Amino acid sequence: MTTSTLRVKPRTPRRIAFSQQVGRWDIKFSPYLYISPFFILFAVVGLFPLLYTGWVSLHHWDLIAGEGPWVGFDNFSFVLGQQQFWIALRNTFSIFLLSAVPQIVFALLIAAVLDTNLRGRTFWRMSVLLPYIIMPVAVALIFGQLFGDKYGLINGILGHVGIPPIGWHTDAFSSQVAIATMVNFRWTGYNALILLAGMQAIPRDLYESAAIDGAGRVRRFFSITIPQLRPTLIFVIITATIGGLQIFDEPRLYDQYGTGGADHQWLTLTIYLYNLGWGQLDFGRAAAVAWLLFLIIVIIGLINLAITRRIASNEGRI
Amino acid sequence: MKLSRRTTIGATIATASILALVATGCSSSTGNNSAKPDTKTKITLTLATFNNFGYDDALLAEYHQLHPNITVVQNKAATSDAAETNLFTKLAAGSGLGDIEAVDGDWMPKVKQYATKFENLAAADNKGRFSAWKTAGGTASGKEIGLGTDIGPEAICYRADLFKKAGLPTDPAEVATLLSGDWDKYYAVGAQFAAKNTGAAWFDAAGATFQGLANQYANFFEKDDGSIVATTNPDVKAAFYSVLAASKTESSHLQEWSADWSKGMAKGAWATMLCPPWMLGSIQQNSPKVTDWQVADVFPNGGGNWGGSYLLVPSQGKHLAEAKQLVDWITAPAQQLKAFAVGGNFPSQVATYTSPDLLNATNKFFNNAPTGKIFVNRAKAFTFKPFKGIQYGAIMTVVQNGLTRVESGKQGVDASWAQVVSEIKALG
Repeated sequence: MTTSTLRVKPRTPRRIAFSQQVGRWDIKFSPYLYISPFFILFAVVGLFPLLYTGWVSLHHWDLIAGEGPWVGFDNFSFVLGQQQFWIALRNTFSIFLLSAVPQIVFALLIAAVLDTNLRGRTFWRMSVLLPYIIMPVAVALIFGQLFGDKYGLINGILGHVGIPPIGWHTDAFSSQVAIATMVNFRWTGYNALILLAGMQAIPRDLYESAAIDGAGRVRRFFSITIPQLRPTLIFVIITATIGGLQIFDEPRLYDQYGTGGADHQWLTLTIYLYNLGWGQLDFGRAAAVAWLLFLIIVIIGLINLAITRRIASNEGRI
Repeated sequence: MKLSRRTTIGATIATASILALVATGCSSSTGNNSAKPDTKTKITLTLATFNNFGYDDALLAEYHQLHPNITVVQNKAATSDAAETNLFTKLAAGSGLGDIEAVDGDWMPKVKQYATKFENLAAADNKGRFSAWKTAGGTASGKEIGLGTDIGPEAICYRADLFKKAGLPTDPAEVATLLSGDWDKYYAVGAQFAAKNTGAAWFDAAGATFQGLANQYANFFEKDDGSIVATTNPDVKAAFYSVLAASKTESSHLQEWSADWSKGMAKGAWATMLCPPWMLGSIQQNSPKVTDWQVADVFPNGGGNWGGSYLLVPSQGKHLAEAKQLVDWITAPAQQLKAFAVGGNFPSQVATYTSPDLLNATNKFFNNAPTGKIFVNRAKAFTFKPFKGIQYGAIMTVVQNGLTRVESGKQGVDASWAQVVSEIKALG
């Protein structure tokens, strides 16, 4: 009967169409579904706090009493008008440069050494990670013994040699060098291991053919290792930048008060933020500093990315 | 990725903002004062203190015996600063505080702004238990949110060996006579001491000495209405300049509580220091091998109080009535005497000042000095309450930084004072 076939016919294509549709959805959307946990998590613990901090920064906001009246950009103009903010900005960059640059250079050298055929390779690789495992509080305690102004180990040794003591807690530059040393102590080995992992992934035949062509160790390092490390280096430099600009533990633990020194010698932006939010309980202003810091990091991150790309790709052409 | 550094600050901001959100939404306060303590169910009370309050296991066990259903657990924070951060963070969160929280007298004014978040502890049996100024320090607009634990009446601690070296008397009674007078007298004897070149300084740091001065004025930094007068009050400027004038020749220039300061104490870098009872413990801890420490029953310009704490019951707790009962018990004279015996925390309870337990107390490390009698005298020499407002702590930090800048040779006195003034103005 024509009617029955007619009834069946439109049904079957519909059924196929639906399963095809599902199949199409599967191909189209399931990759997004698989990576969605990260983005959902990021939205909850990353994006939301970020936007919420922005909301807080536009209000008069007491840490305990909570939301106050809307003040627009008053918190930002207050913070930007404070001399302490600019001192903190200077110190942050100074400590960042004093830590990030030597850190990456030394990490690269250590990784290059570890990449060779050493005896007891695992032992050496684990030992460079050791400082990273030590708690920052312990690091601060150890270095506190070294960097004492009057009874510290370093000034003690300098005194024996006849060099006047260094004002580790009075002079801005010295105090920042001391803090950068603590940072470098903790992070150099960690970065070295990441760079080492990158180095291990470089095809060995590149080195072999270069060696056959007569390239020495140094030449191979600069012409093969560094260009091939490009993605790893970009990663290390960007994370070092973010970490360096947000430095908090070390300057906070550098003296007994943790507020950045009597003359704000080692007051970093995060310490300034902390003093405003938790010292003066003014959460609105602290949030304004947090946002300014965020913008600075984004700008520096972009500059960073542009420069690293450039350098790496120029050298990358073999 | 540099997880630790990123997450510390990131997480702080993140949690704090989430917590702030929570705090605005659900800050419940069940201020039911008439609730009777529940004696049927077994509960645990947390008592959050810092440093050493002298509450040992025996004392807490004693309370458990009196109230078999209540177990008291003490959470000790390492420093007063750590306790402060913890209190404000969890107060903002609206949960997580102990049933009872200890608050330092120096940051009590900041806490008093949020009096609605704490229980009223005034009760018939604790009325008149503390000296009037101590009660006033724990009261916010008529609501007594804190009951006193200890106080810090100041005396002078000195090194008998260094005094001998400089040809000064070494007997505590003679030293008390030698130093009795005002601050100029103290500095004058200091100049005499410094002239003898013993290799030691007269006092530890300008900052520490300034604390002694600051606690002797009724309205040093702020007026009773909370308005800041620190930059215009001639007393502040005079104290700043006079301490620094003396500091040139008489100070060891080691900033208080720094690592160098602790070591300096062991090495005999200074001969005298301002000494509230709790400082005795700190001295013993930092210079355990020194056998020549003494306490003299004297203080420049009369008396002074430095430090001392309160116990508060946050309204966010679950067992408010039981917590109040415990605070009432533990701050009672009998218990405070036990805390004094354990930790040297000098009682703020006036009834204890006639107790033989206190009056006969001696300190072995300080060559058996009759510390009980000395500090009872020092407590009596101190009768009025210096006003400390919300900004007191912040202003004190600014001024202390100013003193440190001069002592470390970073700035001249005038330049430092100018910076102090501008920084205090920026606090508003």
